Amino acid sequence: MTSQIWSLIGNGVLETLEMTIVSTILAYIIGVPYGILLKITGKGEILEQKIVNSILALFANIFRSIPFLILLVFLIPFTRAIVGTSIGTEASIVPLTVGAIPIIARMVEQSLNEIPYGITEAAKSMGANSWQIVTEFILPEAMPSLVSGTAINMATVLGYSAMAGCIGGGGLGAIALNYGYYRYQKDVLFITVFILIVIVQIIQESGVFTAKKIRH
Amino acid sequence: MADTKPIYQLNNVTKVFKDKTSEVRAVDDISLEIKEGEIFGIIGMSGAGKSTLVRMLNRLEDVTSGEVVFDGKVLGNLNSKETRTTRKQIAMIFQSFNLLSQKTVLANVEIPLKLVGVSKAQRREKALEMLKIVGLEEKAKAYPAQLSGGQKQRVAIARALVMNPRVLLCDEATSALDPKITEEILNLLKDINERLKLTVVIITHEMDVIEKICHRVAIVDHGKLAEIGDVKDVFSNPKSEAAKHLILPTVTGDNPFDMTIKKCYRIVFDGRAATEPVIANLVKETGESVNILSANTRSVGGIGYGQMIVEFPLDPRAHKIVKDYFTKIGMEPMEISKEVIE
Repeated sequence: MTSQIWSLIGNGVLETLEMTIVSTILAYIIGVPYGILLKITGKGEILEQKIVNSILALFANIFRSIPFLILLVFLIPFTRAIVGTSIGTEASIVPLTVGAIPIIARMVEQSLNEIPYGITEAAKSMGANSWQIVTEFILPEAMPSLVSGTAINMATVLGYSAMAGCIGGGGLGAIALNYGYYRYQKDVLFITVFILIVIVQIIQESGVFTAKKIRH
Repeated sequence: MADTKPIYQLNNVTKVFKDKTSEVRAVDDISLEIKEGEIFGIIGMSGAGKSTLVRMLNRLEDVTSGEVVFDGKVLGNLNSKETRTTRKQIAMIFQSFNLLSQKTVLANVEIPLKLVGVSKAQRREKALEMLKIVGLEEKAKAYPAQLSGGQKQRVAIARALVMNPRVLLCDEATSALDPKITEEILNLLKDINERLKLTVVIITHEMDVIEKICHRVAIVDHGKLAEIGDVKDVFSNPKSEAAKHLILPTVTGDNPFDMTIKKCYRIVFDGRAATEPVIANLVKETGESVNILSANTRSVGGIGYGQMIVEFPLDPRAHKIVKDYFTKIGMEPMEISKEVIE
């Protein structure tokens, strides 16, 4: 393999990390409040709102049931409107974020569901308002679970970012596709896949490690 | 204590839980008063509605009809902000402790103060003071997972006291603890009641808990108030079937005798009568005898009580002589019927 390809792969790693990290962060900014709302508007919860809850649940389900590759194509006009182009690393961040939001929302909801109702009841008995119940009681209690959920979500976004390579996104996925698939350079394919495996390992293990460290 | 004003007044309080197919009257037309500064017990079998009842005292549950008056205010008339303010005066502890597992003991105790925006330094000082009261200041930096059940409940008590509440509601607070630890927690509650003049409401299914520290007791059965009164009166002279039922199991316990087929009676004597050889006098005076099946002494609200389960003679004449004797000396025997034991 030429040094040109190595520098290409090096660049691909950076692009993949950029897409994964930026998309995950953006998706969490929306996904966490989304997940919290899903939880607290549910039946028997502190802000029970049947209609709001049904709408939130419906949207989360619709976006999760669209295969990511289709979502990528489907969002091209939206991506163009925001980034100005539908090609490249920055452009990939848009569909990656949109695709990750409902997954994160459900994951957050799941983590919050693990907290026993007694905690909410204790919070209420102390005169806490809904905001305080969420920020002072439920979120701190759910933190270890939220952290390990983050690792899983990030690995999912990483997998999606490789798919973004199909329609002109950058990163390792594009390299694997262009060199490994279209040009039959199996060595490039193996190396990119190997690097992806290593990145997923690092994300997952550091998530597990952090969750363990902060769990009491 | 009899002349103190009520802190709680419940007027015809009813709670109905409805779902599509059925309707459950968890609390059914209960009226009672809880006096300021007393330790008030609410006892009943599981499912009797006592947990729902206590949740209406801090409005974790709303009443279906009737009203709960706390310190002159009808809880049902308060808006959500007023409700939250009022709740800060009504602390609560739980069977499952409900501590935040991800926060230290100190941080747990600080929480109620944090909710009202007290500065960190002041929170710390006040929380440490509360931990001192419950005897756990050396555990301030520990996490709940590192504590025993009894210690967790002490932390919960410290957390409950940190806002200087008027009332402490205890929802089966000792039910998850072993008897020795239960006794320690009860002593702590009694101590807090006396030192801080704090009204304590105790929900339990164990008569032992009521006998040990409560001044007055309400017996709840199938959502209804079966009986209410001073603990020593209910203990020595239970009127309702529910009360008899609750008092007897602690007597019969593992009693190997089948008392349902014999003429068995429960006789209660307080400290004064306990010094007299009652049974010996019975034999001397009447020539009749009884068979003692079980006997023990216990402290009810600080007064020593003895109770005996005795088998009376089957012969109707002798039976009457024995019964009259006990009535004469002021120890009305209570017949133990089959229904009471079951």
